[in-house]
Amino acid sequence: MITLEHVSKTYKVSKRDAGFSSAWKALFHREYEYIHALNDVSFTIGEGEMVGYIGPNGAGKSSTIKILSGILTPDDGTCLINGITPWKNRIEHTRGIGVVFGQRTQLWWDVPVMDSYELLKEIYRIDAHTYQQNLERLTDMLHLSELLKTPARQLSLGQRMRCEIAASLLHSPRILFLDEPTIGLDAVSKLAVRDFIRQLNQEQNTTVILTTHDMQDIEALTSRIILIGKGQILLDGTIDDIRLDYDSTEEALAAFYRSHGI
Amino acid sequence: MHLTKSPKLHPSSLRKYTAFFRLHFTMGLQYRTAAAAGIATQFVWGAMEILMFRAFYQTPDNGSFPMTFQATSAYVWMQQAFLALFMAWMMDNEIFTCIIDGNVSYELCRPIDIYNMWFSRSMAGRCSKAVLRCMPILLVAAFLPKPYGLMAPASVPAFLLFLLTLITGLAVTVAFCMLIYMSAFFTLSPEGIRMVAMSVVEFFSGAVIPLPFFPDRLRGFFELLPFGSMQNVPLRIYSGDLSGAAMGRAILVQFLWLIILVALGKFLNALAMRKITLQGG
Repeated sequence: MITLEHVSKTYKVSKRDAGFSSAWKALFHREYEYIHALNDVSFTIGEGEMVGYIGPNGAGKSSTIKILSGILTPDDGTCLINGITPWKNRIEHTRGIGVVFGQRTQLWWDVPVMDSYELLKEIYRIDAHTYQQNLERLTDMLHLSELLKTPARQLSLGQRMRCEIAASLLHSPRILFLDEPTIGLDAVSKLAVRDFIRQLNQEQNTTVILTTHDMQDIEALTSRIILIGKGQILLDGTIDDIRLDYDSTEEALAAFYRSHGI
Repeated sequence: MHLTKSPKLHPSSLRKYTAFFRLHFTMGLQYRTAAAAGIATQFVWGAMEILMFRAFYQTPDNGSFPMTFQATSAYVWMQQAFLALFMAWMMDNEIFTCIIDGNVSYELCRPIDIYNMWFSRSMAGRCSKAVLRCMPILLVAAFLPKPYGLMAPASVPAFLLFLLTLITGLAVTVAFCMLIYMSAFFTLSPEGIRMVAMSVVEFFSGAVIPLPFFPDRLRGFFELLPFGSMQNVPLRIYSGDLSGAAMGRAILVQFLWLIILVALGKFLNALAMRKITLQGG
């Protein structure tokens, strides 16, 4: 159970005009701008739900994911995930969540994937039995058997992403955050990842929160979407609420953004 | 200011940090070419340094020198053999980049204390480098003719104390480097701090000239600095230059600095965890 109430986060960003003279001026006097990444955001996500968290670039998606995963402290508001405030009790909180950032890697670069998994086993203190069971299941579902002995740096993006997802699930988290998990993947890998996520949600009742720009991900996976723009929740409903009579979800979404001036 | 408390290190959670040590130690052992190049460099460097000192020792009034030529040679060879343990400039660039580009967010999504993790990682990296490099250097230096080579340690207890202070000295070096890693959370461009810190460590730790060669009052002061608790202590214990009460005091100072630097590093870590904004989307 995830409850987020009235969460706000403001970033201080230093700004200056281009060019030498303004760079010189900035040495003595910095000008800052305050960006409201999140502005009074509230939502509740129940156990076992699969939610698409979408919005244009810079809407505050990543900030939300960071707050939910305990990396970022908001300026205001409360957040309870299974009874824990993530940023106050980061270490305890992280035991129960899995996170995949599509644009980053969590595998240790120079060693075989298996070595990374063994280390994760120690980090999360996964008991041998659970570890073995999870590893077998994930290897099977994500077709990893050929990949585990390869160093992470020699995997293709699609192969690596499958390994990354498995790495986030070894400790049987109840909640999985996926931040653009299909970015840059080819059609086959995309489908494999989607299938896997759907299966995981159905069989293990894992709560999944997914951010993506790929509307097909959303259509394939989630019934509920939370749409954020300029740091505020614009819509909490289903894909049909914006779909209306547009030809594609993409167009519908673009029209929705435009009507909200973003 | 309220700081999030870092968890106490109890034995069962120590396991994950030893696992980190193991992984990074084995990782370090992969880099054979770097090790071979390092060994060659260190041989040449050691030989040059000893030849330079030889020139000084040939002056008529060399009786006033603080260390015997044999002790100086041993100091230099030990320093070259265990260079990777103490050279502050051998920092882990991956740690800097993961802070600057925001990849550290993955580390923060895990039930792990960043400070402890990077500490064990740095210790492991340095140990694996040293293990790969020390043997050939020690072996050859041991067979060089007196007074140019490495002599056997003065006694078994002295050798054990050498090993103890070698490890403490390594820990002090790593704890100092941790402060620089932590500074990357606050400045975004740690290069400046890093360069200044590296030169300071080089000079004050006795990496360029062993501390006994400095004038007495300066030396007394240098020995009290954290830098004097790095390579200075083990290398001088091995070469027999440091013994008795002075040695006891040096070991005590080493432990004090270790505690102070770790406490300071953990404080910066807690501050960083509370204040940082992670970079990049």
